[in-house]
Amino acid sequence: MEIARHWRGRAARYRLEGQRSRSTGEVRFPPQPITLGESADAWETVTLSGRGEIYSFSVLRQVPDGYEGLAPYPVALVRLAEGPLVTAQLTDCAEGDLEIGMPVEMVTRKLVDTGPDGVLVYGYKFRPTLG
Amino acid sequence: MNNVYVVGAGATPVAEHYGRSLADLASEAVRAAFAQAPGLDARRVGAVYVANALGEVMASQGQLGAYLAASVGLAGVAALRVEAAGASGGVALHQAAQAVAAGDCEVAVVLGAEKVTDRLDGALEAALALAADAEAEGIHGVTLTAQWALLMRRYMHEHGYAAEAFAPFPVNAHANAAKNPQALYRFGISADKYRKAGQIASPLNMLDCSSVADGAAALIVASESIARELAGPRVRLAGTAVASDTPSLGARRDPLDLLAARASAHVALGRAHMGLGDVQVLELSDPHGIAAALALEAIGFYERGSAPRHAADGAITATGRTPLATAGGFKARGDIAGASGVYQVVELIRQLRGEAGPAQVAGARVALAQSLGGVGVTAATSVLVAEAP
Repeated sequence: MEIARHWRGRAARYRLEGQRSRSTGEVRFPPQPITLGESADAWETVTLSGRGEIYSFSVLRQVPDGYEGLAPYPVALVRLAEGPLVTAQLTDCAEGDLEIGMPVEMVTRKLVDTGPDGVLVYGYKFRPTLG
Repeated sequence: MNNVYVVGAGATPVAEHYGRSLADLASEAVRAAFAQAPGLDARRVGAVYVANALGEVMASQGQLGAYLAASVGLAGVAALRVEAAGASGGVALHQAAQAVAAGDCEVAVVLGAEKVTDRLDGALEAALALAADAEAEGIHGVTLTAQWALLMRRYMHEHGYAAEAFAPFPVNAHANAAKNPQALYRFGISADKYRKAGQIASPLNMLDCSSVADGAAALIVASESIARELAGPRVRLAGTAVASDTPSLGARRDPLDLLAARASAHVALGRAHMGLGDVQVLELSDPHGIAAALALEAIGFYERGSAPRHAADGAITATGRTPLATAGGFKARGDIAGASGVYQVVELIRQLRGEAGPAQVAGARVALAQSLGGVGVTAATSVLVAEAP
């Protein structure tokens, strides 16, 4: 069921919470543990805007167990406005409209249903920016 | 450190072996390797390194070091399993080479074995996706194939290629596999068929995606004194190296630059006292044309953005500058997951012994194998040199 695993990731998955370096201002996502040589307060928590553009994308027709109901679905590397490159599904779009550089924004959607004894996992996807 | 040799190499055909277990396949591969070294007493084996990526999930078996050592008749020796996704074979060979070079044992067996056809494709896609970052990528339904597809589309965008520019890689692989009785797909394909193939993970189509299948391959790694006792051509394992990168593509400064592929190749070549210009035949992790192109560029054979053009000009054929996939590569010999890195070296030994038949690269003396785990998350490179008799 992995309930604790999904619960632990809630800040990143629901609010797109990442980290900003207190010394360089670099932003990273998802949040990472403290690495060797870093002080414990080297990074501060920051909520990202959810705005970005498509760096690359692919539409998947051969998919892993648990994702059959969504297929075919588009996935993308999205370059967020704050700098990080994030992997996520795209939604609310037609395959033919997708192109590199297209502006997108984060939305919260169901990612996967882990089965009758499992959990419905929610998290971020991206859609073409409205308006 | 002592010199290290590969004194035996063998493999099973790559296939959907529904009638045969992981242990059956391992047994055949090890016996085939020992058949190349008839004077070698199996009691001199001091260690077994099993290369396997998916055993628990796909073959319902753990502790594969001891399990497969016992299966092939080597119970009692030090045995362990090496897991680094698609790089498992290369990493296992690196470990075996270090053990022999250090004098820890005089003979070590590297055994790549993978059994994937007991479960269906959806389970396989999920198992392969474990090589990526589960939180950053896996939970979003991103497969290993999708990660390569993301890199391919970006590469096409940055360097101005259409998808069909990658056709020379699978066309070459299939042409070579047609001459390899152990290959999964023993038939040729054309660039025209490539253009018409159905999509798997756009822009990757069915003819640019490897099929994962069952198989086992084995190498006997031995000290110089053992190698000199045995008859036949000697192949020295002149240098090996392993490097790693971030599992998550998004965490890389430049996703089109496979840093681990470059680092492991340069260190392995340095240890072998060889340069890129010395390499006459190579094996890469080439489940897709983009994977081969990015590795060729990262290692330094070709400028960034130019590998598909060189491939179109014949550079990867047996008479080209960088003969690739002479046994069919991942695409057509078959992708054997964690065992692939061992299959690569079995083919290069065949080349260096001059036993590759119609796929022989004339006069091949120096060869390079590189296996990647995931999208270049782990890279293991080996340099092999045929010694003059």
